Amino acid sequence: MILTVPHMGPITMTAQTLLEGIGQRVILPPPCTKKTLSLGSQYSPEFACLPLKINIGNLIEAYELGADTALMVGGIGPCRIGYYGYVQQDILNEIGIDMEIIILEPPFSHPKDFWLKIQRLRKVSWKKTLKAIYLAWLKTRMLDLLEARALILRPLELNRGAMDYLLDSAKNELKLTGRPDLIKQIKKIYLKRMSEAASKPTPPSLIKIAIVGEIYTVLEPFANQNIEHHLNYLGVQIVRCLYLSSWVNEHLLGGLLKIEGTKNTADFAKPFLNSFVGGHGRETVGSTVQFASAGVDGIIQVAPLTCMPEIVAHSILPKVSNEYQVPILTLYVDEQTGEAGLITRLEAFVDMIRQKKRRMIVNNG
Amino acid sequence: MSPKTIGIPRALFYYYLFPLWNCFFTELGFKVKLSRKTDKTLVDLGVQKAVDELCYPVKIYYGHLASLVGEVDYIFLPRLISIEKGNYICPKFMGLPDMIKANFINLPEIIDEKFDFKSTGRGLTDSLKSIGQKLGIEAAKTKRALKKAQVIQNKYEEELQKGFTPVELLEGYKKNIPAGKEIMTIGLVGHGYNIYDSYASQNIIKKLEDMYVRVVTPEMVDKKILEAVNKSQPKQMYWSLGKKSLGCSLYVKENKQITGLIYLSSFGCGPDSMLAELVEKRFRRNGQKPFLNIVIDEHTGEAGLQTRLEAFIDMIARREVI
Repeated sequence: MILTVPHMGPITMTAQTLLEGIGQRVILPPPCTKKTLSLGSQYSPEFACLPLKINIGNLIEAYELGADTALMVGGIGPCRIGYYGYVQQDILNEIGIDMEIIILEPPFSHPKDFWLKIQRLRKVSWKKTLKAIYLAWLKTRMLDLLEARALILRPLELNRGAMDYLLDSAKNELKLTGRPDLIKQIKKIYLKRMSEAASKPTPPSLIKIAIVGEIYTVLEPFANQNIEHHLNYLGVQIVRCLYLSSWVNEHLLGGLLKIEGTKNTADFAKPFLNSFVGGHGRETVGSTVQFASAGVDGIIQVAPLTCMPEIVAHSILPKVSNEYQVPILTLYVDEQTGEAGLITRLEAFVDMIRQKKRRMIVNNG
Repeated sequence: MSPKTIGIPRALFYYYLFPLWNCFFTELGFKVKLSRKTDKTLVDLGVQKAVDELCYPVKIYYGHLASLVGEVDYIFLPRLISIEKGNYICPKFMGLPDMIKANFINLPEIIDEKFDFKSTGRGLTDSLKSIGQKLGIEAAKTKRALKKAQVIQNKYEEELQKGFTPVELLEGYKKNIPAGKEIMTIGLVGHGYNIYDSYASQNIIKKLEDMYVRVVTPEMVDKKILEAVNKSQPKQMYWSLGKKSLGCSLYVKENKQITGLIYLSSFGCGPDSMLAELVEKRFRRNGQKPFLNIVIDEHTGEAGLQTRLEAFIDMIARREVI
C-alpha cells in the first residue's frame, strides 16, 4: 500500500509526517499545476465545486507516480464534501485507475468504521503513533505561525521574494527533522530572520485586509490564484483566522489548545446569521464581524463557485458591510478563473480602500 | 376585526408542505395569502434582490416573498434545518430567513420558526406549538389545529403516492392523456420546487403529457422502496431531497415498465452536482436505459427544452421498436 493525499495548503506535509510516522509509505502528488486542474475538470462532474476537480487531478498525478491508495475525509452534511470520496472513487474506477480511496468518516458518527480504518493504517505501536501525531501537529503549527508572520511582513520586505525564500527553506528543514526541540528552534530562528528581512520603513499607504471563506480555497494557494501574494505585493497586510492547525485544534482536538480560531464566530455571527449552515458559512459571517470590529480596512471572502454555505454567507455579508462600514469583496473561484482578472479586481478593491481612508483623513482635518 | 393575514410564498417547500401549513394557520384563525403563480415579473424581482450565484429556486423564492411584502401582516418563512431524522435539506434552507432579512427592507413580521428533526425525528409538533405560542394562541387551540393539519397533510401525501402530482392537487392542473393513448412511462426526477413549478420547469410535466408520456416523480414512489434503495448504497444520502432523487432514479432503473429517466436540476445546485453524476454513471454504465439531464436557470429557453424532450422521447420510442 502506497498512500497519497490530495493537496490543501500545508496538509501534505502534515499527512506525510503522520502517515510515515505510523509506518506507511507515502507518495505525495506533484504540486498543483494547470495540468492538474485540466485533468481534474476533464473527468469531474461539470457542476462540482473546484476542490473536487483539483483533488481528482492530484489523485491521477499521484497514481502516475506510483501511489495506489488515497486518503480522503468524509462528512455527514450538509456540505458536499461528505460525498467527495464516493464520487471520486466512481470517477477513478470509470477511467481505469486502480486506486482505492480510504474515506475517513467522522469518528462520532461512524465509530466502528473509523476504528477499523485507523487499525488498518496503523503499522506501529500506539506509543509511536502518538509520537507521530504530536510531530505532525507540531510541524503544522510551526509552519502556520511562520506563514501568518509572512502575511504581515511580506509588504515590508526589503528584497522582493525574501519571505518566500525563508518560508521555503523553513519548510524544507521542518520536513527533514523528526525532533520536537529542533522544530521549535527552527520556528524561532526563522521568525527572527523574517523580521530582519522586513526592514522597509512602514509606508503610510499600508493597509490591512482580512481573508475569510471556505477552508480549501483559503488554504490552497493554487485554488485562490495565490491571492495572498498578490495582496501582499500591493502593499496589504493580511490576517486570517483559518489555518490548518486551528482547524485541527477545533475539529479534531476538541479545542484543546487556546489558539486563534473560529470557535467564537457563532456568537459574532448573530444577529446576521442565526444558524449553522454547514461548511464554513457561519464561521465566514462570524469572522467577518469579528475582523470588522477589530478595525481591519477591508475583508475578502474566497469560496469555490456554487459553494452552498458560502453563498448563504455571501447573501448576508452586504448587511455586515453596511453596518460596520467596512468594504467586503466576494471572490468565487472555479476552473475558469483567470489570474489577470483577479489581479485587476484586487487592485481596484485596494485602491478603493486607500481612497476611502484618504478621504476620511481629509474630512477629519 | 378582520382576521390577520399570513403570507406564504408559492415556492420551495410549498410543494411539499403547503396543505399542512395552510390548514394549521387557517385553523388558528388566520387568513392565508399565497403569492401568485411564478411568472417572469416575479422571477425578475427575485433576480434583482438575490446575489447572482444563488440557485434558481431560491431566486424564485425571493421574488415570491417580495410580492408579499406590504400585502400581509406576517410572512411564514420557516428555517428548515431538517425534515427527517439524521438528514439535512440544503444549507440555503438553513440560512434562508437570515438571507431574506439581510436583503429586504420594510418586511412584515416574519415567522421564522426552526424546524429541526435531525436528532429526534419528531420536531414538527414542537415547532408548530411554539409558533402558536408566539402568535398568542391558546395551547388547546394550537393542538387541535395541529392535529387537523397533520391529517390533511397525510391525506395529501397519500394522494401523491397514488400518482397525483402537486401540480394537480395544489394548482388545479388536469392530466390530459386520453385513455389508451399513453405511449410510455418515464421517470422525472428532481427537487419538487423545480419540477412542479410550471414556470421554472417550463411546464415540463404538461409538455411530456402532451406527447402522451406518463411521468413518475419521486413523490409517487413508495417511501419504503426509496429507503430500501438508499440502504443499498455505499453511503447514505444526508440530503432529504437528494435521497428521494437517488431512490427514485435507481427505482426507475430497475423497473421494466419505465423506459427512461429525465433528471431536472437547477444550475448551481450543490446536492444535484454530485447526485446527477452518480445517477448518470449508473445509467450509462450498462447502457440499458436512456438518461437525460436538464439543467434550468433563469435563462432557460422554452424552445430548446421542447426540442430536447421531443428528441429524447422519439429516441426511446424508436429503441422500443427495434
